[in-house]
Amino acid sequence: MTQPFRIPGAGRLTPAKIARFTFDGKAYTGLEGDTLASALLANGVHLVGRSFKYHRPRGFLSAGAEEPNALVEISRDATRRTPNVRATVQELYDGLAAQSQNRWPSLGFDVGAVNNLLSPFLSAGFYYKTFMWPKAAWKRLYEPNIRAAAGLGVAPEEADPDHYAARFAHCDVLVVGGGAAGLAAALAAAETGVRVILCDEQPEFGGALRYESGARIEGLDGYSWARQAVEKLAAMDNVRLLTRTTAFGYYAQNFVGLTERVTDHLASPGKAPRERLWQVRAARVVLATGAIERHMVFADNDRPGVMLASAARAFLNEYGVAVGRTIGVYTANDSAYAAAIDLKKAGVDIAAIVDLRDDPSGPLVEQARSLGIEVNPGRAVVGVGGRQRVSSMIVQPTGGGGKRTIPIDALLVSAGWTPSVHLFSQSRGKVAFDAGSQRFLPGLYAQDCRSVGACNGTDGLAETLNEAFAAGEAAAKATLGETSAGGGGNAPKVDASEDWAGGMLGSAPGAGADTTVKAFVDFQNDVTAKDIRQAVREGMRSIEHVKRFTTNGMATDQGKTSNMHGLAIAAETLGKEIPEVGLTTFRAPYTPVTFGAIVNHARHELFDPTRRTATHGWAEAHGAVFEDVGQWKRAWYFPRPGEDMHAAVNRECVTVRRSAGLFDASTLGKIEVVGPDAAAFMELIYTNPWQKLEPGRCRYGIMLREDGFIYDDGVVGRLSDDRFHVTTTTGGAARVMNHMEDYLQTEFPHLNVWLTSISEQWAVIAVQGPKSRDILAPLVEGIDLSDAAMPHMSVREGSICGVPTRLFRMSFTGERGFEVNVPADYGQAVWEAIWAEGEKHGACAYGTEAMHVLRAEKGYIIVGQDTDGTVTPNDAGLDWAVGKKKTDFVGIRGLKRPDLLAPGRKQLVGLKTVDPKVVLEEGAQIVQDPNQPIPMKMIGHVTSSYWSENCGRSIAMAVVAGGHGRLGETLHVPMPDGSIAVEIVSAVFFDETGERLHG
Amino acid sequence: MLLIRCPYCEEERPELEFRHAGEAHVVRSSDMAEISDEAFEQFFFIRSNPKGIVFERWRHLHGCARFFNAARDTVSDRFLATYKAGEPKPDVSKFAADAGPAAYANVPPAELNDREGGAKQ
Repeated sequence: MTQPFRIPGAGRLTPAKIARFTFDGKAYTGLEGDTLASALLANGVHLVGRSFKYHRPRGFLSAGAEEPNALVEISRDATRRTPNVRATVQELYDGLAAQSQNRWPSLGFDVGAVNNLLSPFLSAGFYYKTFMWPKAAWKRLYEPNIRAAAGLGVAPEEADPDHYAARFAHCDVLVVGGGAAGLAAALAAAETGVRVILCDEQPEFGGALRYESGARIEGLDGYSWARQAVEKLAAMDNVRLLTRTTAFGYYAQNFVGLTERVTDHLASPGKAPRERLWQVRAARVVLATGAIERHMVFADNDRPGVMLASAARAFLNEYGVAVGRTIGVYTANDSAYAAAIDLKKAGVDIAAIVDLRDDPSGPLVEQARSLGIEVNPGRAVVGVGGRQRVSSMIVQPTGGGGKRTIPIDALLVSAGWTPSVHLFSQSRGKVAFDAGSQRFLPGLYAQDCRSVGACNGTDGLAETLNEAFAAGEAAAKATLGETSAGGGGNAPKVDASEDWAGGMLGSAPGAGADTTVKAFVDFQNDVTAKDIRQAVREGMRSIEHVKRFTTNGMATDQGKTSNMHGLAIAAETLGKEIPEVGLTTFRAPYTPVTFGAIVNHARHELFDPTRRTATHGWAEAHGAVFEDVGQWKRAWYFPRPGEDMHAAVNRECVTVRRSAGLFDASTLGKIEVVGPDAAAFMELIYTNPWQKLEPGRCRYGIMLREDGFIYDDGVVGRLSDDRFHVTTTTGGAARVMNHMEDYLQTEFPHLNVWLTSISEQWAVIAVQGPKSRDILAPLVEGIDLSDAAMPHMSVREGSICGVPTRLFRMSFTGERGFEVNVPADYGQAVWEAIWAEGEKHGACAYGTEAMHVLRAEKGYIIVGQDTDGTVTPNDAGLDWAVGKKKTDFVGIRGLKRPDLLAPGRKQLVGLKTVDPKVVLEEGAQIVQDPNQPIPMKMIGHVTSSYWSENCGRSIAMAVVAGGHGRLGETLHVPMPDGSIAVEIVSAVFFDETGERLHG
Repeated sequence: MLLIRCPYCEEERPELEFRHAGEAHVVRSSDMAEISDEAFEQFFFIRSNPKGIVFERWRHLHGCARFFNAARDTVSDRFLATYKAGEPKPDVSKFAADAGPAAYANVPPAELNDREGGAKQ
């Protein structure tokens, strides 16, 4: 028969709803509503994984998110392969395929298990000590092999085909955790009418009420009350309920990150997102995150079949699965008795309860005894039999004495409950150690939140509901500016509950300091009690050091079950109290979060916007090759059939100087500076004088930082007395705007000026070359283009092709040139009209590469290429652009700094290679003497270098120490295959007198 | 993600809308060209970078685009005050009382609602 461990009548699943699945290729059946863990256990499968370091067989420790052992790979198809999924969290769906991890060749026979025999050599910190020599072997030999042998699942290799959603949400009260406390808090808050979000990591609300059979609230059993509470909340418009949703991070000002698993539980996810990231800003937060049961630390406590008592109870009461036929219990608190009682009532044999306490008492203990369960107080389990499944427990009195072996097939353990203060701690709250109950509890809060119930150390269901209800009401009313009656007077009434208090920390008898047994503290990282003691012996004093040396609590479960045991063992070994040793910091995420959820929509084209100019489509149609300039796509060159880049650029450069070329300069930053004080503002922002620039004229402006170095440059046109059209570099557009706004708002607020970014409003078509005026003339209306009426460096407003234009006569090529600004929507139409005229004159379209070459032929700098943030106007040969009579501008004082005036500064010069065919590499270093010993004294570097077809040779620009005084000198550029001799020349290589600019 | 109150928009907005802009109350001389090397060094290079309360400039870049000043505690990352550019530094001693953890959180719910107990909202 299938599912032999499913108990008829137990649990809440529907027997008829079968779901088929495979584990390591073998077919099984489970029920809808199962987790993969409960379904495997229903089939009697306990062995599901191999441990990280020793490759020991491992089963299920828990039934929830804290699971350290049962990590499997879930694969829907070749691309949807998810490693390290906790089988206790993965919900079963029909057709689910799971594989075990970290084993070879099979789960049952794993070669890596030899590590268990080698364990004396693999103790804590072994990799810090063992693999030290030879040093080179670490990278090539040791590390790859250790990584291959150790570890968890294998990361998928293909791109994630799923998509992930994201939402921002605001609420008045966020309740994290939907158990008894969270439901009570949400009910109280919701009834005031404020916006409430309640989230829980489980597929269903209820928390421990899902298996706590002894609870009765408002006349209902605990689970039914929880269902009723959820129905009530679901009917309220001001409440959002989120199941399968983990609050993984608690950030500043009540900003909480949630991940909702939308489709991982579905057989057919369809088009729905796999997960949804919620970024919630809550006025108040109520943490009802509960507590996590701890295991007992004794020899070989990791055998499959050894599991938390609460897990066995959840498997029984929720899923109707018995975790064994003959079950032992090993506990130091009462809650494990409740598990034994439920199993016994379901017909499962309880071999014995072993209780560390000498005189356990209370209703649960009495009930167990009355059901005829053997209770062994004052005794410990000091070992277990079996390898791939526990087969017996060895029981010994805590004070020593005769051992007794009891045959079992599962062992339930409980060392007590650890309050889940993870989110509280992430919120920067300070935890405080409560000596009486031996646990860390929320102490001083840093944010507007409260912890309620088990995570606050509140024992007892009635106390929990009262506290939670009061906190929910107070939180809600606080957001309304009201006060509440407080005290939880209307809290749901508890009729019956169980007492789960008590427990122990650290290693149990038989695993003490005098032993060498493997008593696991951290299952996922294979850390034993012995390892922690060794860390202390080897000098680790702080728990932070112990943690890093042993890796205790550093696995993907972040020590949810192990931290407190590890801390207690370290404290005991150090002979200190637990608070003196301290607690390690809890960090986000609470449980692992997929990269998909975090990255979310920011993939592919949504990762970073792509900006395209108005003529992009035309350029594409004309074969342009594009380059990325920041976010822009710019036409780089326009190859014709048979042309490579070199040939295309050469042709474009020659055509511009012979006839004309069209170039899209739209990406240049453009800022309009307007107002009565516009000229005064320009005087302060630029080095140049502006007051006397006539409307209709342009000037090349340089902008400095306060330190005197060039920040940006560009041509500025004065449209009228109170209006300047400023251009910036493409890359500088945003920061120049910020720079100007900064000074206008904070340093020169007395100036009456408005700044407007107009970069995207105007498309800019540069028409450059001797024929440029002839090309534009038939298209332009209302502007006299003659040299007399519109000389070089002037601007006019008129129209072109019937479209308004700001027409600049300016040049970045050294030829007669115009830049046609038209509203961006008309950019392509006007371009096409100009292109049609241009073709009559043999003009070409040219791209950024030809633009670079043409400007270098004239020695025009590009800020950011020929300057690097340490270049002054004087260094760049632009002293003429600094207004000598000005009393203030940004950078005026910086320019006077001694270092900026000192001789020997690197200055911009031209370079000609002695061999004209050799093109230098940009960035190459320049030295005086190529034969000097290495390291050579570098006196400069090449900033720009091209082949110039117009000059018939290579050209380059460079910054060289004292360069302006070195004209005619020969220097050297050492390269891997020999040194290149260069001559220092003026940076103007073409038309040195500049006649061509004027027609 | 922090919430920052823009003193011009007069509301709290998410950190994503803002850009940090360096230390506040660094005064640019009205006689900039003539200040001494030492004064320029102080103005341009030297920043206080204290542990604790800092006064710094922020810009509500993706909002009203105004520059404003803020007092922030670098230990807790709490914004203690934001104020318009040009306004004087707020009184630091006033912050000490508010710098503690949220009043709401550190008293039991019953006491929180006790007006006499002086619980702050």
